Amino acid sequence: MQTQELISIASQVRRDILRMVHGCQSGHPGGSLGCTDLLVALYFDAMQLRVDSTSNQVVFAMSALNEDAFFLSNGHISPVLYSVLARRGYFPIQELSSFRKINSRLQGHPTPHEHLEGIRIASGSLGQGLSVAIGVAQAKKLNNDPAVVYCLMGDGEQNEGQVWEAAMYAPHHKVDNLIAFIDVNGQQIDGPTEKIMNNRDLQLKYEAFGWKVLHVNGNDLGDLQICLANAKNMLGNGVPIMILMRTEMGAGVDFMMGSHKWHGVAPNDQQLEEALSQLSETLGDY
Amino acid sequence: MSIYTFETKKDTRSGFGAGMEFLSLNNPKVVALCADLIGSLKLEPFIKNCPERFFQTGIAEANMIGIAAGLSIGGFIPFATTFANFGTGRVYDQIRQSVAYSGKNVKIACSHAGLTLGEDGATHQILEDIGLMKMLPGMVVINPCDYNQTKAATIAVANYQGPVYLRFGRPVVPVFTPEDQEFVIGKAIKLIEGSDVTIFATGHLVWESILASDILREKGIQAEVINIHTIKPLDTDAILDSVKKTKCLVSAEEHQLNGGLGDSIAQYLARTLPTPQEFVGVNDSFGESGKPADLMDKYGLNAVSIAEKAIKAISRK
Repeated sequence: MQTQELISIASQVRRDILRMVHGCQSGHPGGSLGCTDLLVALYFDAMQLRVDSTSNQVVFAMSALNEDAFFLSNGHISPVLYSVLARRGYFPIQELSSFRKINSRLQGHPTPHEHLEGIRIASGSLGQGLSVAIGVAQAKKLNNDPAVVYCLMGDGEQNEGQVWEAAMYAPHHKVDNLIAFIDVNGQQIDGPTEKIMNNRDLQLKYEAFGWKVLHVNGNDLGDLQICLANAKNMLGNGVPIMILMRTEMGAGVDFMMGSHKWHGVAPNDQQLEEALSQLSETLGDY
Repeated sequence: MSIYTFETKKDTRSGFGAGMEFLSLNNPKVVALCADLIGSLKLEPFIKNCPERFFQTGIAEANMIGIAAGLSIGGFIPFATTFANFGTGRVYDQIRQSVAYSGKNVKIACSHAGLTLGEDGATHQILEDIGLMKMLPGMVVINPCDYNQTKAATIAVANYQGPVYLRFGRPVVPVFTPEDQEFVIGKAIKLIEGSDVTIFATGHLVWESILASDILREKGIQAEVINIHTIKPLDTDAILDSVKKTKCLVSAEEHQLNGGLGDSIAQYLARTLPTPQEFVGVNDSFGESGKPADLMDKYGLNAVSIAEKAIKAISRK
C-alpha cells in the first residue's frame, strides 16, 4: 500500500482512539496514539492475513494457520488495536463505541474471552505477550507454516522479569519467524523510564541475548515500511528480530505529546474537540 | 483384610511419564514443555520418541506457561511440566491471564505436590495448589491416586478441550487401581461400599482411606470410600448420593484445609444437604523437611487420623 494511504488510515485510527477513550472517560490514549503508525503499517501493509477469496474480506481464525499473527503484549493500548482491527474489517466499526462499557466485547484490555475477532490472547498484565508469540511461532514451525509472528511490547514493560526469560529463550531455540517490537517512548506511569527503571541500552541487551536488533522511527510510516521489509528479509536465519521503535507518546495531538500525562487519562469535551481538529476524518467516524 | 491389594508400589509421576509415552506415539498434537526437570517428570520416553515436540524452557516457568499458551493457539496440546510449586503458585498470573482467561487448551502437569516431596522442605512442598487452581474460572483440577490412574488421567486430559491442572507426586505408593482403566474427568469412583460414614479422598490419601476403612471395620464401622480424583468439576451427584445414606463424612487430602477438596464438598453440602464433616489435611501450616512417611504421620495425613476423624464425624450425626 502507498505510504500516503497508510497515513490517511492512521489519521482516522487516531480519531477513533480519542473518541473511544472520550466515550467511556477511561483508557490509555498516549501509547495508543504513539503506536498507531506501526499497527496501521502491519495490518494494512506488511501482514499476510487470511482473506476470503470471493468477498476479499479478512476472516478471523484463532489458529492463525498460514497467516501472519500479531500479539499485543502491552494490552493497555487496546484502543489502537481495536480501531485497526475494526477498520481492517474484523468486526463492525460501530462496535468501537462500546469500548470499556458494560456488556461489550471491547474490554479495557484485549481478551479472546468475549470472542472478539482478531484477538487470540488476553493481555494487560504485562510481560506475557512475547512468550505467547514465541509459542505461536514455534507452533508454526511444527506445522510447516511459513507465516510470520509479530509482537509489540512497551519499554516500561521491559521491567518485567518474564520478558527476559522469553528474550533468552527465543534465540536459544532459533525462533527466526518472529519480529518483536519495543515501543520506546521513554515514558511509564510514574514518569520517564530513565527515572523509574532505566532500561539503559536495549540494543546491547537484546544483542547480548542473541537477537538481531533494528531501529525505526515508529511515527514515520515510510520508515516503518522500509524497516518491516528489511526485517522480513532477515527472517529464517536462526535469529529472532527485535525492532526498537522510537515513538512519541500521544503522537498526532500536539498537547498530548512529550509527557507521560496522557498515559491513562481521557480527554474532556473541549480537549477532544481540540485534538480532533488536528486529525482529518479520512474514513468517516464511527 | 482389605478388599484392595497391591503387588507393587510406584510413583504417580511415573504414571504421568507412561501416559506421556503413550501420547508421544498416539497423539501427534501433544507437545511437552519442561523447566529443567525432565528426570523428575519422567519425560525421557516422550522426548526420545518425539524430540521435535519437546520444548526445554530452562528454569523459567513464567515463560513456559506463555509459550504453552502460544503453542495451543497453533493447534497443539501442550503439557507444561515442573514441580507443583513452580507450576502453580510461582506463575499464577501467567496461568490466570494467558491460559484460564484466554481459554487455552493447556495442561499444567505438576509433580512433587504436597508434603510427600519430603526432604527439600516447605519451599518446595506446595499445599495450596489445588485451591489456587480451582479458583480459576474454567480450570479443571485433577489429583489421581496411583500410577495406573495417573497414566489414565494423563491420556484423558489430552482428549479434553480446555485448561487442566493435573497434580501428582514423588513417592512410591501402592498401585491398586486397574491397569488400562478408563479415566472419566469429573466422575468419582466408589471404592468401598459402606453405610456409617463416607470418606472422600483425593491423591495419595485415597490409599490411606482404604486402610482407614480396614481400621474402622475392625471396630464394627462400615465406611464408604470414594475416590475424588477430580476436584473440579466436583462429582456432586456421587457426594450427595453417598451422604444421604451415611449422613456424615470425612474429607482427606494432602493439601491445606483452606481451599482444598474438603472446602469444595462443604460448600456444596452447605447449599444442598448440611452434613457433619471432619477434615483431614494440613491446617494452616507450612511443611518441613523429613521423610515423606514421617511427614504424613506428623501432620496427621494417614489412615489412623482418617479413622479417628470418621469416628468423630459419626458422633456428630
